[in-house]
Amino acid sequence: MNTVRKIFGVIWILFAITCAYFLIIFGVPRFTSGTQEGIVFGIIILFILMPLTVVGLAVFGYYSVAGEYDENKMIDK
Amino acid sequence: MYIDKKKGSMWRVVAASASGTLIEWYDFFIFGSMASILSAKFFPHTNPSAAFLSILATFGAGFVVRPFGGIIFGRLGDMIGRKYTFMVTLLLMGVSTCLIGLVPEYETIGYLAPVLVLVLRLLQGLALGGEYGGAATYVAEHSKKGTRGFWTSWIQTSASIGMLISLAVIFITRHSMSSESFDAWGWRIPFWASIFMIYISYVIRRRMSESPAFAKAKSEGATSKNPLKESFGNRYNLKFVLLALFGPVIAQGVVWYTGHFYAMNFMENTMVVDSGQVITIMVIALLLGAPFYTLFGWLSDKIGRKLVLMAGMLLAILFFRPIYRSMYQTVDLTKKTELTSKAISASELYQAESVLDSIYTTQKFYDDGTILKEVTTIHLGQPGTSSMGKDKKDISTTKAITVPSSAKWKLIFLVFIQIVFGTLTYSPLAAFLVELFPVRIRYTSFSVPYNVGIGIMGGLLPAVSVFLVTNAKKMGDTTFYLQGLWYPIVLAAVSLVITMLYITKKMTALHTD
Repeated sequence: MNTVRKIFGVIWILFAITCAYFLIIFGVPRFTSGTQEGIVFGIIILFILMPLTVVGLAVFGYYSVAGEYDENKMIDK
Repeated sequence: MYIDKKKGSMWRVVAASASGTLIEWYDFFIFGSMASILSAKFFPHTNPSAAFLSILATFGAGFVVRPFGGIIFGRLGDMIGRKYTFMVTLLLMGVSTCLIGLVPEYETIGYLAPVLVLVLRLLQGLALGGEYGGAATYVAEHSKKGTRGFWTSWIQTSASIGMLISLAVIFITRHSMSSESFDAWGWRIPFWASIFMIYISYVIRRRMSESPAFAKAKSEGATSKNPLKESFGNRYNLKFVLLALFGPVIAQGVVWYTGHFYAMNFMENTMVVDSGQVITIMVIALLLGAPFYTLFGWLSDKIGRKLVLMAGMLLAILFFRPIYRSMYQTVDLTKKTELTSKAISASELYQAESVLDSIYTTQKFYDDGTILKEVTTIHLGQPGTSSMGKDKKDISTTKAITVPSSAKWKLIFLVFIQIVFGTLTYSPLAAFLVELFPVRIRYTSFSVPYNVGIGIMGGLLPAVSVFLVTNAKKMGDTTFYLQGLWYPIVLAAVSLVITMLYITKKMTALHTD
């Protein structure tokens, strides 16, 4: 199971990159729409949702690859 | 250390915690439920600045502020204690809500009105962000091993009951006076009612003692000096924060929001079901679904949190689309036969102040008992103006479908199933999160992923789903009404895989103190 988690770590990193692409595609038109609602929504997508999702998922993937979720690393040192 | 409480005192702990959480949700929901009235009173769309403040109030308090509430109150809760912190969140929420009901309208004090409402709404969001983590931690730290799922599930129940009470109070207030009185001042009553409920909850909470686990940690000097740094600056804890967020929390956010808010929004806007019927459907489905929180909380104590959480995610992934297809087909008028001989049409002229409207009402009846009411209003403007009624923007049409009893019960059942999916993902969540983090940073580590997952990921669901539906409709997709569901389905699928692969039995029993 530890190996599967590490393999999936790579998938999460790739998924984070995909999310970044789609969030930019989704957020930029809103941010530049000129409407107030669009700008606020765009800011939330690009500057709140994107960092949280993309960075969070990428770090999660990195930790998986690095073996942080291995069974023997579950107990605090 | 396990705190073995007698059942009587455990019920008092649950009552004190759940009553406050219930009231916080009540306060939060009434703002959302009264959005159209509040918009007219405080955020007139004819004024761009006021409309902008309205958007900030919707997005800001709904999503952005809640995680900050988790950070601020989580930190306080880990440093000074759970009891005092969730007393502060309770009072902050209650006072903010009551004050919203006291703010003079835009017409009276101008810009100050929307600014005050925005500030109060943001304070509501902050309070809500800090409340749940405190209440759940407080209950969990009082319960003995093997019962945390059951006891903390009462906190989850309070969210649905809070929504239910808010709908009921608004319904009763609206129907106990004329619509003119309700529009003029009656809408303020649900906001004022909050202060009485807050007072009762405050009295109950004041009598409670500090959480035994936290009291012990404090007496031993084992509390954290900097919970934020320990939670997010420490690799060992951060990996659990990320796992909680991308695992069960995001799934819970999107599955629960779909059953509670998207379903309501879908019935009102996509299916155009009469809003009174939508409230009835939601209230009955919520009532029927409420007992499942404690049932699945109890079950998670017996068979483990992971299985219950995964069942909720899997069922949602598999059945959201069939459920919504079935809901839509219930009111699909192209599949029904119109009884043309029964159709009714009427027209009238309505003058409010100096503006004249021409209103055309038609009612169509269908073979299964469905009624479609269409109201077309032509805003004629001031009588005597040459261009009156010629501008297309001056014509607005509203539709409302009243479904027959059999269809209503079918919709209740379909919403109820979604609420059950929500209870599966929500019931074990508090116990799972509590057991993932140690006492010294529990409030902070619990509150932040919870509020990011529920507040931001769940909170964005209506906006993202509406975008997906609109896009599909533009592209001529005949099943456009189902496309908004991809957002919760994809996120729930990612969460399911993460929960299945990464959450282990060892992990769910890391911190049982």
